[in-house]
Amino acid sequence: MRKLLEGSQAVAEAVRLCRPQVVAAYPITPQTHIIERLAQHVADGELEAEFINAESEFGAASIVQGAVAAGVRAFTATASQGLLLMTEVLHNIAGMRLPVVMVCANRAVSAPINIFNDHQDSMALRDSGWIQLYAESNQEAADSVIQAYRIAEACELPVMVCMDGFYLTHSFEPVELPTQGAVDEFLPPFHFARTLNPATPMTLGGGSEPDNYQEYRVLQHEAMENSRAVIEAFDADFGTQFGRSWGGLLDGYRLEGAQTVVLGTGSLMGAVRDVVDRLCDQGRAVGALRLRCLRPFPARELVGRLGSAQRIIVLEKALSVGAGGIIAAELRAALQQAGITTPVESVIGGLGGRDLTPDVIEAVVRNAGPDEAGVSCRFAPQVAVHHEAHEEHEE
Amino acid sequence: MDKRDPFRHNVLTSGHRACSGCGEAMAARMVCDLIGPDAIYINATGCLQVFTTHNQQSAWQAPWIHSVFANAAAVASGVEAALRVRGKDTPVVVQAGDGGTFDIGLQCLSGMIERGHDVLFVCYDNEAYMNTGVQRSSSTPHAVHTTTSPPGRLSQGKHHLKKDVISIVAAHYMPYAATATIAYFPDLKAKVEKAMGIKGPRFLQVLSPCPLGWAHDSALTVTVSRLAVETGLFPLIELEHGELTGVMRLAEQKPVEEYLRPQGRFRHLFGNGEGAAELRHLQALADARICRYGLLDAATEWDTQSAMQSMRHGRGGYVPVLQEEMEK
Ligand SMILES: Cc1ncc(C[n+]2csc(CCOP(=O)(O)OP(=O)(O)O)c2C)c(N)n1
Ligand code: SF4
Ligand SMILES: [Mg+2]
Repeated sequence: MRKLLEGSQAVAEAVRLCRPQVVAAYPITPQTHIIERLAQHVADGELEAEFINAESEFGAASIVQGAVAAGVRAFTATASQGLLLMTEVLHNIAGMRLPVVMVCANRAVSAPINIFNDHQDSMALRDSGWIQLYAESNQEAADSVIQAYRIAEACELPVMVCMDGFYLTHSFEPVELPTQGAVDEFLPPFHFARTLNPATPMTLGGGSEPDNYQEYRVLQHEAMENSRAVIEAFDADFGTQFGRSWGGLLDGYRLEGAQTVVLGTGSLMGAVRDVVDRLCDQGRAVGALRLRCLRPFPARELVGRLGSAQRIIVLEKALSVGAGGIIAAELRAALQQAGITTPVESVIGGLGGRDLTPDVIEAVVRNAGPDEAGVSCRFAPQVAVHHEAHEEHEE
Repeated sequence: MDKRDPFRHNVLTSGHRACSGCGEAMAARMVCDLIGPDAIYINATGCLQVFTTHNQQSAWQAPWIHSVFANAAAVASGVEAALRVRGKDTPVVVQAGDGGTFDIGLQCLSGMIERGHDVLFVCYDNEAYMNTGVQRSSSTPHAVHTTTSPPGRLSQGKHHLKKDVISIVAAHYMPYAATATIAYFPDLKAKVEKAMGIKGPRFLQVLSPCPLGWAHDSALTVTVSRLAVETGLFPLIELEHGELTGVMRLAEQKPVEEYLRPQGRFRHLFGNGEGAAELRHLQALADARICRYGLLDAATEWDTQSAMQSMRHGRGGYVPVLQEEMEK
């Protein structure tokens, strides 16, 4: 059924359709509308779940860890400061290989405190062992939640669905909500073998020593590497069943013959697509590539899609302070390993909710030159700087 | 203690962005102006922090720091330690909401008290997470409608009792802990002054009605604050080293309904059978507090024993005493 829904509502409906039995909640903007809607569903008997109002995000993450370890599907959501407060538990969940699913409503981190969107929060968790999927639209966020449970439970890896705060969580778009029957068909009932159960007692979270700790990480890393194929397969499966899919790991736009490619992630790519259209109309060979999955990092797939580009611009809403763009650095490494020498321009923008408008993005594409040696990144201008070439075109 | 006109300092100055009729803004103005500008203020995340420091503006005319939501008491512990090292006796004051005190901030608060830091911790208790748009906290009273404790087909609002934080705090054997509210300024003033005259950790819980979250008329903030006391739901008490040393007694007890009626957060309880049971329960809670702190000469309908037994936690049904009462 097609419905006009706020992004948060769409995601909450998708969560409801996945039938989690424990929902842990703690308020933080811009995530709160998701758990508020789930709270109402539980109060109205539309979702049969224990709805637990935690005393902090540290508590909320721990509640879903306990719930999944005890054998039920669970859900939580957070953002920004809340995600950072969950950090210790999120690493632990991943290390224990528990199939937990959560939503991160991406928001800047403090200080200074700022409730608006960028990707600094979830990017800080990129090495925690969680699969990270970034949605471009509300429809994709909702669909990704449904896919996330199936991926998590098949791979025994936790999945974080990232959606841009406000741009998605608070904006209304028509969203196709699948029926319960269709979701039940796509997503099998919760199954997790290593649950806490007196009949088959199991020790979770015991100690390890230097002679075996590393093997845990090796196995975790292998599971992550293998999950690439699972993510792609389930997205394709989803496409077959629901008539929509999201590119699996990467989502390309007008890449064929593109000499310049803009790589980015999240809702910003909608504006990038517009800019690509604009520039293509002017006869430029520009394309876009959206990173849907940050972890596992699709290095080989990126090389495959970007190998023939002559200019690559990575536009991202996060910054490794003192190093530069995060996706850009990882892409540089991937290209270098493949023997490709195309320079990668790292552009940071949109921090703390500053709009990356089509004009700003266009200026980034038009003005960019190859990075100077030793300069890891540059910053998008606050407003578009119009250049002669551009003005000529305007006339 | 500065003996000048308490409102001369304007530690919290005008132009901030609180809602009209904000009880927290009034309470903070009273507390900070009594303490004055020669103090260091540590603020937890919450409405007070947000409405006083919007986008590179500040309403504070005293040194003020906000770190994150959970850690105000620990930041204050560090500030106090540094002042001690530097041989200064500048007062250190924490300001936090109920979420930043009862829930996410409780661990750091407990540590601060246990270590005996010379800090006044002021909790502006508006009984929910207001800054994020009214979600329940462990301070939210039973049966209240918030966005994460919504009434619905299976629910009459919050399922859990308001946490008795003053008892928890006092159980640390701390020098001074007291409750206050804006409707009783002389009482609040006496408590702030007393607290400022004591060394070591001190705690003030100031009930601060929130017209937005409590859904009352913004002209009624002080009235609602007064009714909370007059009904017995919010006793004004003082505890020193864990012992009760002061209570504001009541001349007469007002029925809780007088307090609940003007507040939209209780609206769902009126006019239906299940809501009526919750109203009885809220009356029992008020009676229990009156008995516990000896606020009245007269007997209440519920004595401590029966009222306490009526208390309900979680998803459980009515305990027998209340159920029998209801069947009568
Ligand atoms: C770790 C973390 N979790 C959640 C938030 C979001 N948050 C900011 S203020 C606030 C509510 C504050 O409630 P309270 O302490 O009662 O203060 P009030 O706003 O009601 O005065 C919340 C949940 C945050 N900033 N940091
Ligand atoms: S929401 Fe409530 S506490 Fe916050 S500023 Fe408004 S009235 Fe004050
Ligand atoms: Mg509050």
